[in-house]
Amino acid sequence: MTSSATTRTEELPSGIASVGLGVVERQVPLDEPPPLPPNKALRLIGKSVPRQNGRAKVTGATRFTVDVNLPGMLHGRILRANLPHAEVRGIDVSSAASHPGVRAILIVAQPDDPGTPVVRYIGAPVAAVAADSVAAAEEALRLIRVDYRPLPFVVDMDKARQPTASLVFDSTSKSTGNASETPLIGGLPVNGNVRGPAIETRGDATQGFTQADVIVEAEYSTKVQTHCCMEPHAIVADWRADGLTVHMSTQFTAGIRRELAEAFNLPLSRVRIVVDGMGGGFGSKTMLGNYARLAVVLSRQVQTPVSIFLDRAEEQVDSGNRPATWQHLRVGARHDGSLTAISLQSYGTAGIAMGAGVGNVAQALYSCPNFEGAQYDVFTNGGPGCAMRGPGNTQGAFGLEQMIDELAERLAIDPLLLRDRIDPSPVRREERRLGAKRFGWHLRHAAGADFGPVKRGFGMAQSLWGANVQINAACEVRIMRDGSVEVLSSVQDIGTGISTVLAQVVAEELGLQPQDITIRIGDTDFPAGPPSHGSRTTASITPPARTAAWRVLRTLFREAALALNAAPADLIARDGHIIVRDDPSRSLSFRAAAARLRTDQISAVASRSDDYAGFRRVMGDAAVAQQDLGGVQFAKVSVDTETGIIRVDRVVAVHDCGRPMNPLQIESQIQGGVLMGLSYALFENRILDQNTGGMVNRNLEAYKFAGPRETPNIDVMILENYQGQSATDAYGIAEPANIATAPAIANAVYNAIGVRLRALPMTPAVVLAALGKVPAKRMMP
Amino acid sequence: MLISDVGPISGTRLSRRSLLRGSALATAGATIVEAASVFIGEVAEADSGPPVMGPGLVPVTLEINGVNWTLQVEPRMTLAESLRGSLGLTGTKVACNRGACSACTVWLDGIPVASCMTLAINVGARKVTTIEALASNGTLHPVQEAFIAHDAVQCGFCTPGMVMSCAALLERMADPSADDVQKAISGHLCRCGTYPHVIAATLAAAKARKA
Repeated sequence: MTSSATTRTEELPSGIASVGLGVVERQVPLDEPPPLPPNKALRLIGKSVPRQNGRAKVTGATRFTVDVNLPGMLHGRILRANLPHAEVRGIDVSSAASHPGVRAILIVAQPDDPGTPVVRYIGAPVAAVAADSVAAAEEALRLIRVDYRPLPFVVDMDKARQPTASLVFDSTSKSTGNASETPLIGGLPVNGNVRGPAIETRGDATQGFTQADVIVEAEYSTKVQTHCCMEPHAIVADWRADGLTVHMSTQFTAGIRRELAEAFNLPLSRVRIVVDGMGGGFGSKTMLGNYARLAVVLSRQVQTPVSIFLDRAEEQVDSGNRPATWQHLRVGARHDGSLTAISLQSYGTAGIAMGAGVGNVAQALYSCPNFEGAQYDVFTNGGPGCAMRGPGNTQGAFGLEQMIDELAERLAIDPLLLRDRIDPSPVRREERRLGAKRFGWHLRHAAGADFGPVKRGFGMAQSLWGANVQINAACEVRIMRDGSVEVLSSVQDIGTGISTVLAQVVAEELGLQPQDITIRIGDTDFPAGPPSHGSRTTASITPPARTAAWRVLRTLFREAALALNAAPADLIARDGHIIVRDDPSRSLSFRAAAARLRTDQISAVASRSDDYAGFRRVMGDAAVAQQDLGGVQFAKVSVDTETGIIRVDRVVAVHDCGRPMNPLQIESQIQGGVLMGLSYALFENRILDQNTGGMVNRNLEAYKFAGPRETPNIDVMILENYQGQSATDAYGIAEPANIATAPAIANAVYNAIGVRLRALPMTPAVVLAALGKVPAKRMMP
Repeated sequence: MLISDVGPISGTRLSRRSLLRGSALATAGATIVEAASVFIGEVAEADSGPPVMGPGLVPVTLEINGVNWTLQVEPRMTLAESLRGSLGLTGTKVACNRGACSACTVWLDGIPVASCMTLAINVGARKVTTIEALASNGTLHPVQEAFIAHDAVQCGFCTPGMVMSCAALLERMADPSADDVQKAISGHLCRCGTYPHVIAATLAAAKARKA
């Protein structure tokens, strides 16, 4: 919070619109705009304004990184390890070097082993070639001879946990990269391949369990999910004497600039990152990545642009993944449902990377005085995991939200009613109420009570995600002398629609239409914007965008005031005009006002201030808001007990994201989150061959994810949940929409067949085995 | 990451032409030919076996978006590569490069095909239509309009292929059901999850067209 000398007291809208709105008093910085009224009083914010770059996308005009073709550009390809664990004793590139079209070759060593390079997973980079064509580069890769000394390996997490397991890292090496969630913290003990535990406690769990009338416990497991971005990871690096320009498919232009400046010892001012179209990231495109480094080194070497676009197999093995997890949960409760203790133990594997935990769902979703948690990472010879849509909590919710259902059944309490008793969030309470009504929850039957071979079931589950904010986030708004307006920030539109929302915010403030606003983003030549991960883009960049628009409008008002013979403070911007508030007959068109400017353009830059009530915590550039993001989802499934096929018929998804900025785009994202969660629940599984360590399904036909035929009816409801926290009071949605889906489906499957499935994915083989119709040994590994 | 750089390869560069000369010698065992003339005629004459194309560049004439282009392509080149590389028509996307995701969908004589699974030399006389030609004179196809209105677009990478399949559906079926649309796009993968809005948009486009 800012001191009173620099703030003023304001009343901001507060509460859930469907429940009833009040106001909350906040200290607002003097250089920020007055409170924004609730959406119903606004012209553009909160309305389903069509996507700003929609036309370019439906005509194929959007330029993605894979479409960038610079003059003289060479094509890079990466030679990847074909053994899961081996010492690289030598690499012979002589034949490749003399192959026609080859312009440069790099030999890659693993980072921490300068003496003896060791590869630790199939797909690890070994060498890279830049050539005149992709074909020439690929031919050259086939001519490189690598002398490997194979080492023992382990790709199965349970085997890797054994004391006798071969070690992924020896005492002189350490893991690289990071995956998703806790235990990411440093300084944890490493014992064999097991790192941890990351311990979290509250109260006294042992004591809590003694107070319980009922104790439920179970084990849950999830498999590796790969991101499957439709646009592969891609970079075009253009190293010149005067600086480095990089076109890259990234979720964080400003972060990539920092990483490159540090890695290549360049000043930030000499590194520029550009992204226009960005074909999906889901967490896997937030960091630089080894492929991008290789492209930059190659470009530096040959002094000409070099592109590296991963192919689909490379995407599957070396662009990150959601780690596999196993968790044991134990929950104690009194007869009335109140929780007395929760204990969580988890093991997860992000391959050679860290951070394969199950998040903070068990710790934080429900009121419980006593908690004990121990989370472990297990190293295996698999490709590195990384953040993926709702990292940690998606895996965690699959366990906890089934466990709460199991508890409800033991207590003979409706799962919704139990949650009403133990969930402290008023937001989710309202979401449960609205969702249950829309869904028809009262029609739910007892578990397994349906007749016939196809059994229907209802289930629900809840979501928990932090309301993240990047405080290192800035935006510039310019008004040109001809009345046109530009918004500039390095923030990138990864498909979530932030360019449209920026146009809405600035047009609302300036009294213009969204199409009057030119959005120029995805370029570090502009003020540094936030990353698009952790559902933080809208929360981070819309407040400074509104503030910058408001400030630059004050400058325009000074010019207009002279013409209107009024005080600048008495002017407002509305309907393309600058108007005297108390005498609307005195007005000037926005364009005419701009024409009076002394310079070709005026400009204001604003950065993200703290939330008006302060943050819960701040970690460097990132902060977490006081309130969490919620979300409740209901699923209706049909389970064919003869084929084992689960069909999701309907999902009702009720979500909150502070002030909703563009309901249609929010609906799109929620549908996407639900579909990714449905896909995770029923289909997705990276299969590693236990004998070779290789990924068997490194493509898009054997690695299954949900297509149009698997799409249920998805009914989206969005709460208006005002907090009075910033100039826009908007927060994110992408991740909460994904977290609740898999457990909601799992709970519905239980309700349908009366048998609990505690492992993902819930394939037909798993269903039939659970029903005792095929022997369990026939299940997929 | 440590990267030991072996440096630029100097003195070993072969021009494309000299590579082709070498290849032609190896396969035909005949005269050195210019790149552009490595084609069925010469090769077939040399050993009187079945006609052999390539492996060097061969000329191919394609009618793309109403314009005839004569390109030099290697026989292994796909239609998608030819469109994106030789012609700069990058609206057609390649995501899996093996016919699993349909991102690369274009029309051949109005029928949606995966251009990553179609060799350029196999297109023949069929007319190629790409996303760039779906709008006429700046007027969007009704499916394109509806995709914008219904927000059937998120990251936009699968969108051109999806639009081509939905537009083709409306060309062959004026009044499709939701199930028809689902079938028509069943080969398309979209990781953002646009399917519900794609279906709604296509149904709305059909309605708008009839009105």
